[in-house]
Amino acid sequence: MQFIARPVLLAFMVLLVALFPARAQSVEELVNQLPEGGFSDRSAIIAQLAATGDTRLVPVLEALGAGELNVVAETGQVVFVRPAGGNVAITDALTGEDAGEVASGAVERIRVNNSVRRAVRTAIGQLTLLSPNANVRLSAARAMFQAADPDNLPLLDEAIAAEENASVLPVMQQAWAIAILRTDASPADYAEAVDIIAARGDRHALGILNAALANAPDEVRPTIESGISAIQSHLRLLDVGQNVWYGISLGSVLLLAAIGLAITFGVMGVINMAHGEMVMIGAYTTFMVQNIIRASAPELFDLSLAFALPAAFLVTALIGIGIERGVIRWLYGRPLETLLATWGLSLIIQQAVRSIFGASNREVGNPSWMSGAFDFYGILITWNRFWIVLFALAVFATLLFVLKRTSLGLQMRAVTQNRRMASSMGIRTPWVDAMTFGLGSGIAGLAGVALSQIDNVSPNLGQGYIIDSFMVVVFGGVGNLWGTLVGAMTLGIVNKFLEPYTGAVLAKIAVLVVVILFIQKRPRGLFALKGRAVEA
Amino acid sequence: MRGSNFTRRGILAAGALAAGLAFSPVAQAEDETIKVGILHSLSGTMAISETTLKDVMLMLIEEQNKKGGLLGKQLEAVVVDPASDWPLFAERARELLEVNEVAAVFGCWTSVSRKAVLPVFEELNGLLFYPVQYEGEESQRNVFYTGAAPNQQAIPAVEYLMNEEGVERWVLAGTDYVYPQTTNRILEAFLKSHGVADEDIMINYTPFGHSDWQTIVADIAAFGSAGKKTAVVSTINGDANVPFYRELGNQGISAEDIPVVAFSVGEEELAGLDTGPLVGHLAAWNYFMSVDTPENAEFIETWHAFIGDESRVTNDPMEAHYIGFNMWVKAVEAAGTTDPDAVIDAIVGVEVPNLTGGMSTMLANHHITKPVLIGEIQGDGQFDVVWETDDLVEGEAWSQFIPESAVLIADWTDPINCGNFNTETETCGGSEAN
Repeated sequence: MQFIARPVLLAFMVLLVALFPARAQSVEELVNQLPEGGFSDRSAIIAQLAATGDTRLVPVLEALGAGELNVVAETGQVVFVRPAGGNVAITDALTGEDAGEVASGAVERIRVNNSVRRAVRTAIGQLTLLSPNANVRLSAARAMFQAADPDNLPLLDEAIAAEENASVLPVMQQAWAIAILRTDASPADYAEAVDIIAARGDRHALGILNAALANAPDEVRPTIESGISAIQSHLRLLDVGQNVWYGISLGSVLLLAAIGLAITFGVMGVINMAHGEMVMIGAYTTFMVQNIIRASAPELFDLSLAFALPAAFLVTALIGIGIERGVIRWLYGRPLETLLATWGLSLIIQQAVRSIFGASNREVGNPSWMSGAFDFYGILITWNRFWIVLFALAVFATLLFVLKRTSLGLQMRAVTQNRRMASSMGIRTPWVDAMTFGLGSGIAGLAGVALSQIDNVSPNLGQGYIIDSFMVVVFGGVGNLWGTLVGAMTLGIVNKFLEPYTGAVLAKIAVLVVVILFIQKRPRGLFALKGRAVEA
Repeated sequence: MRGSNFTRRGILAAGALAAGLAFSPVAQAEDETIKVGILHSLSGTMAISETTLKDVMLMLIEEQNKKGGLLGKQLEAVVVDPASDWPLFAERARELLEVNEVAAVFGCWTSVSRKAVLPVFEELNGLLFYPVQYEGEESQRNVFYTGAAPNQQAIPAVEYLMNEEGVERWVLAGTDYVYPQTTNRILEAFLKSHGVADEDIMINYTPFGHSDWQTIVADIAAFGSAGKKTAVVSTINGDANVPFYRELGNQGISAEDIPVVAFSVGEEELAGLDTGPLVGHLAAWNYFMSVDTPENAEFIETWHAFIGDESRVTNDPMEAHYIGFNMWVKAVEAAGTTDPDAVIDAIVGVEVPNLTGGMSTMLANHHITKPVLIGEIQGDGQFDVVWETDDLVEGEAWSQFIPESAVLIADWTDPINCGNFNTETETCGGSEAN
């Protein structure tokens, strides 16, 4: 009975609204109807709410879109809730009046799906397009643009006439243009709309113009076509820039993963298969640090990575020194045994982490300054990749400084070049070995902090990077930090330029083949060490 | 606060590992027990998904033993670790059947591991219950597919996007292996049969564990800006999902504009992710932890008590094991023996409750009936069901949308008794054709 009654009732209400717009249902009544019916009913009510123009609705709709609007099951009152002890405190959604406390089971969330969220976005846009706040108007104009609904044209005309802000006006005009292109407007309006969209110049504009070409009046077709070709040539240029950036970004990840290995493998000549696990431990350290911060000082969360970096460096450096003292120092000069021993170690570390933390992924949060993206002359750059590129370069510079300008670096280079001579000059070579291995491992830990921001934090994290790391070090030239930098960036950029043509799988294979062929030609990599060190 | 959980779980995991290594009997007091094999990776890349399934099987066996066991005997779990190594799956399966003489095996996750053990189960006449959604195009006498076939997951999800969201342009993104490729082949044929043009379908494959999604997400955004409503159908597997969703969030692709419907992302996968930017993206499964039924509430309560951690989630393959195990128990009780041939005959038509409030039935093609649910990701890492089928859907071993397999049916009852019976020529393709 109820099921039949509801659509009939709703149809009746819609009819009422259509017949007597002046005496349409009050905002209160409409809001209280939100919980009823299915998702499409909800979208219909939201559209009616937007038509009332009542700005009190904005927070209500925002909460609805976020899935935070509730209904008291018994009374049908639509409310905001916040926890109060075991119960929840409720306030009326529209008036903001305190409505006391109820048991948490007595309120029910009003469910939304994507189409309801879209309706909410459009409705908020319609309600706030004339807001006094420029930022609010800007996001409202963006919502109008996404809605692309000719019904909004009168509202947009009004808003454009009143708009004085230079950054909001273009967005409003674009919203107007995209809506005009969906109507049978006059050729003059049509041509103006095409100009506005073509001026946007991005891929979205291209899509809109292509769609508009299909039902455009004949006299504006040439305008649209020239707009399309202008955008296309602009985009081709952008694509190159975009690929270079993606390549640098991939290269910086490779650099971070490989640079620790460039020390242990490149400088010391130890084939360290547990290098990836050091990266993984660095990522887990980040997880632990974030956990502590979340529990004890949540307001510091945005700084969590600043605490995680030294912690990860120390933890992995100590583990690295432990490995060197415990295992590797017995195996110097026996590469095959070193390889097997460190491979075994990597399995042990992985399984230990799996036993302690569980096999599933651990959640490492992105600080707010590492989320989202910014637009750089039409190239979309995500913040996390941007910071990782800077971080990789900073780590590289620091390492270079340590090797070239500190006494530890001097001793390291001395030991690498001629161990016996260095020893007879009074350098404690075992101590230098341990420190070098610790430094390489510590840098792997730093890489883990960065990688935790873009990849899974799971026991398998390191495995995915170990092959790539060796590839970079061998390609760049063993024992040369600059080689590692150039190698990582070259491989990253080559990979990203191949990817659009061949797909991700073939691009990876192609890069491997290229590296193998290159090594055949130049066995010592891009930047081969010369002189006596080679024979040592 | 979490420290105590870790230690407890650590001890548990270590204990389970020890049990597995020693093949130690759970109930030594019994003279004779019925052995149940558990063939899930506890180490290596797949441990992330499969360890939970091992735990849920141990729980189900413990619960059954509390109820008095089976045929008056206690059940005994035999856990082995195939270590995410496909050939090792075949070796461990052989060990379970020949050395431990288990009555049934519950296991495998990836299709390649299932394909690796098929000949072993056929040769030694064992029983395998396979709990994961898969690409179909297979039906074997000794295997029971309790996960979803493509028509129980992929096709309804695409229909939902078509009808409810009005999607006209499709990105089929997957990991480069057999499940995504076959599923995408079926979906492509399905979309084309519904009048979707070639240029409105983009197919993209990535390697396992792919972590650099910048180019692909940018491509998807470009593909989606052609003025038609676009959706991504994702068969991206396992670890690659977290960086994929992160990149989506960072590049500002929201579910309202380009929704992603995933077939391999469940509650367990979302546990490692801040789901705030992902709200509204979709997943299609036959079960969600958030489903509100008394059976599910009881299952979750038992699971939390067993694992000793209130924060652990449940997911679709766990429900598949729940259904499969109960079906096996019922079939053994009906047959009065654990003999594989008798169980294979008795299990067809067995009906057990699933966790979403219905009764699932084992079909003659060794697939089961299931409801199909579409859920939207919520901020708390759970799914909110936005759509479900009215009735249970029967699993199809052979897709109607691939020309070669449209004429095939599987029926393991007399008189057909064949996994790939050609209805045109009325002949059985035999096991080689699988």
